[in-house]
Amino acid sequence: MPLIDFTNKGLYCSAGDFYIDPWKPVNKAIISHGHSDHARWGSSSYLCHTHTVPILKLRLGEGNYQGMEWGEHISINGVDVSLYPAGHIIGSSQVRIEYNGEIWVFSGDFKLEDDGLSGAFEPVKCNVFITESTFGLPIYKWKKQSIIYEDIRNWVLANQQADKASVIIAYSLGKAQRVIEAVSAVTEDIYVHGAVWNVQQTLKAAGHQLQAVKKVEADIPKTAYRKAVIVAPSGAESSPWIKRFTPYSLAICSGWMQVRGNARRKNADRGFVLSDHADWEGLLQAVKETGAEKVFVTHGFQSAFSKYLDENGIPAAEVKTAYGDDEEAEKETEEPV
Amino acid sequence: MKEFAQLIYLLGITTKTNEKLRALEEYFYKADDKDRVWVIALFTGRRPRRTISSTLLKSWCAEYIDLPLWLFDESYHTVGDLSETIALLIPDDETDADEKRSLHFYIESFILLAKASEEEKKEFMLRSWKELGSVPERFVFNKILSGAFRIGVSQQLLIKALAKVSSLEAAVVAHRISGNWDPATISYEELMQPENATADESKPYPFYLAYPLETEPSLLGLPGEWQGEWKWDGIRGQLIKRNEAIYVWSRGEDLVTEKFPEYDSILPLLPDGVVLDGEIIPAVNGKPLPFAQLQTRIGRKNIPKKMLQEVPVCFFVYDLLEYEGIDIREQPLEQRRSLLEKLVAEISHPSLIISPVIAFDTWEELTQIRNRSREEFAEGLMLKRLSSSYQVGRKRGDWWKWKIDPLVIDAVMIYAQKGSGRRSGLYTDYTFAVKDGDKLVPFAKAYSGLTDQEIAKVDAFVKRNAIEKFGPVRTVKPELVFELAFEGIAASKRHKSGVALRFPRINRWRMDKTAGEINTLEDLRSMLETYGK
Repeated sequence: MPLIDFTNKGLYCSAGDFYIDPWKPVNKAIISHGHSDHARWGSSSYLCHTHTVPILKLRLGEGNYQGMEWGEHISINGVDVSLYPAGHIIGSSQVRIEYNGEIWVFSGDFKLEDDGLSGAFEPVKCNVFITESTFGLPIYKWKKQSIIYEDIRNWVLANQQADKASVIIAYSLGKAQRVIEAVSAVTEDIYVHGAVWNVQQTLKAAGHQLQAVKKVEADIPKTAYRKAVIVAPSGAESSPWIKRFTPYSLAICSGWMQVRGNARRKNADRGFVLSDHADWEGLLQAVKETGAEKVFVTHGFQSAFSKYLDENGIPAAEVKTAYGDDEEAEKETEEPV
Repeated sequence: MKEFAQLIYLLGITTKTNEKLRALEEYFYKADDKDRVWVIALFTGRRPRRTISSTLLKSWCAEYIDLPLWLFDESYHTVGDLSETIALLIPDDETDADEKRSLHFYIESFILLAKASEEEKKEFMLRSWKELGSVPERFVFNKILSGAFRIGVSQQLLIKALAKVSSLEAAVVAHRISGNWDPATISYEELMQPENATADESKPYPFYLAYPLETEPSLLGLPGEWQGEWKWDGIRGQLIKRNEAIYVWSRGEDLVTEKFPEYDSILPLLPDGVVLDGEIIPAVNGKPLPFAQLQTRIGRKNIPKKMLQEVPVCFFVYDLLEYEGIDIREQPLEQRRSLLEKLVAEISHPSLIISPVIAFDTWEELTQIRNRSREEFAEGLMLKRLSSSYQVGRKRGDWWKWKIDPLVIDAVMIYAQKGSGRRSGLYTDYTFAVKDGDKLVPFAKAYSGLTDQEIAKVDAFVKRNAIEKFGPVRTVKPELVFELAFEGIAASKRHKSGVALRFPRINRWRMDKTAGEINTLEDLRSMLETYGK
């Protein structure tokens, strides 16, 4: 009997009677990270990394949340549960479960490069590895974070020279914090959309050392945004909210910007290929380092990635989940300020 | 090459005309003369002939990076563009090559490669992929080679930028860069010099294009100030006679003289130094045939005699741009027209037909006449101000096209394919079917007409309801109903449905209808009977 079953509510461990990242309300949920397609409302109790607890409180409201540290072990009905850094966003974790000497690891979402905020991804040896595949095609190859940050800064400086504001579209939890980190080296004038502001405040209150930012408010004069950087979630670029920054230049930070058509479709002036997911080589490396004899591939290019693994001697199968295959471009639901 | 790649990147990503213009100007200021000529050539559709097939490129690339072909194909379907796929798959060369080669080096190499062996071609491609250090550079390199380079720069924008850089009038630039010139042999000086008197005698004038009329015609002012004509559905062209030779140019600035041997017999009758503007249309006894018939003919290198008899091509002329060797575009339309009428009457050749002027006294009367367009085999009306000069490019104010409403039919989507360019990665190219009893018969493909939001919804539907996992085409549950609009219908042996539509596109998403309520093959056939014969 497999340690984890793929059910219509989510990944279920019958031996421990708990779910991992369920998409329907369950009794006991272990949560890999705070993005809305992995952390859903309605379960009776949640277990996650301590850094994820305040994020869940922000997004799901009050509830029964239990935090744990990376490397800490908790036994649930005799099943050993532990978390390891996934490098995706603050608090994001791989979930390791062990029972009768068999080890399964669920990657959640992950990236290999250490972004300086989320903790460095740690390979975990296991028998069965369940991996994401958001960017599971060989066309997805990321440049080093330092190079992309440099590109973003140069673009901001050029906009300042042209007397324009720099509006950057980035997912409010995760990407936005990286962008703010990147631009803080060239400006102190950083404004954020309300959705980013809420996340930023929550993380700060939880003790994370983050750059100081200002919230975009209705009563701030338009002139204040001249030469400033504004960080806003996806969706803001096509709302009237953005008009106040005119004249501005618009950039989108996402792994999807790797393909020209996506960048052009967004009508942005620039697309920075900055992702919180592993690229093709990263996925392959992660899979190999687990030493897993069986791999399940979830959301993304699961058909292609699992077929490739299979052809290269790693038995793999694709799994249908409700995890968004387009999370980086997901629309924020928070009201614009 | 880096500068050119940067230019293409900027032109591709910005939607603001001013920024495109600035990028073009900056490029032209900095580029050397040889590169300038090639960029003008590329942007006006003068590309070196393709010398390597896409199949070869694909297999060389897959081999080079050790990728199974199926995975290459999956990547290609996601990117939607072969040149870009290869550019992304080849790893960036970390060792900064000393020698940075220019745009014209690569283009000239492509021309030389035409005669090279397959091995030599392969070696050149692999070396170039390796030495071009970034995705944008490899992308433009592949694009130039493959020929299909859509840059998103209008002819007018290019002309504007060149005018600025060369300090010439836009109209002068427009004329200089049109016509028959070879970027491999001409220098920038020769191309742009104002005193370049030995102008190519085949050179057409830039076409004057009309905007669609989207208001009531009464807003145009007094009917007496306007000339009405039928708007023909053919190929816009210029017929030129200079130095005893005849040239036919299509609006895409292609020299198509050989495709229309019918016009040869007009040559001896035409006076020298004449440029006519009109429509290339197949017609029998002065009555146009459906455009589809011209399409079957236009693709052929050699036109069989039978086709020349069955689909004879006429020139429906409506303007005179040059007369007795003098450019008369500045004269008012009224004067050009009376000269033209005299000229055509004198020539009296069955293939040279004057496009008639429609007489009308009131806008109401003209609106009535417009409703008859289909009976006259026209797409609608043209409205031209009698006092207008013949201008350059698409301009508002003096010329308007006033098309009739399209034909429509309700159909269900049965296949979807990923788009390319701006629509890459999304299912945007759809095949539609009508009912034939309890069967569904595919009859049209359409790519446009939905908003970005609607495309996103259809895309999500396709991803959820697709049968295949790999490959470019997805068969989907026949559930989504759309109203398709099209300009014309003709019989076709190549299509299962027996009909071919002209300009099919999606008019609207009929969320109120189910697949059971769509139109039938019988409906299509009766449309063919009414409009397509």
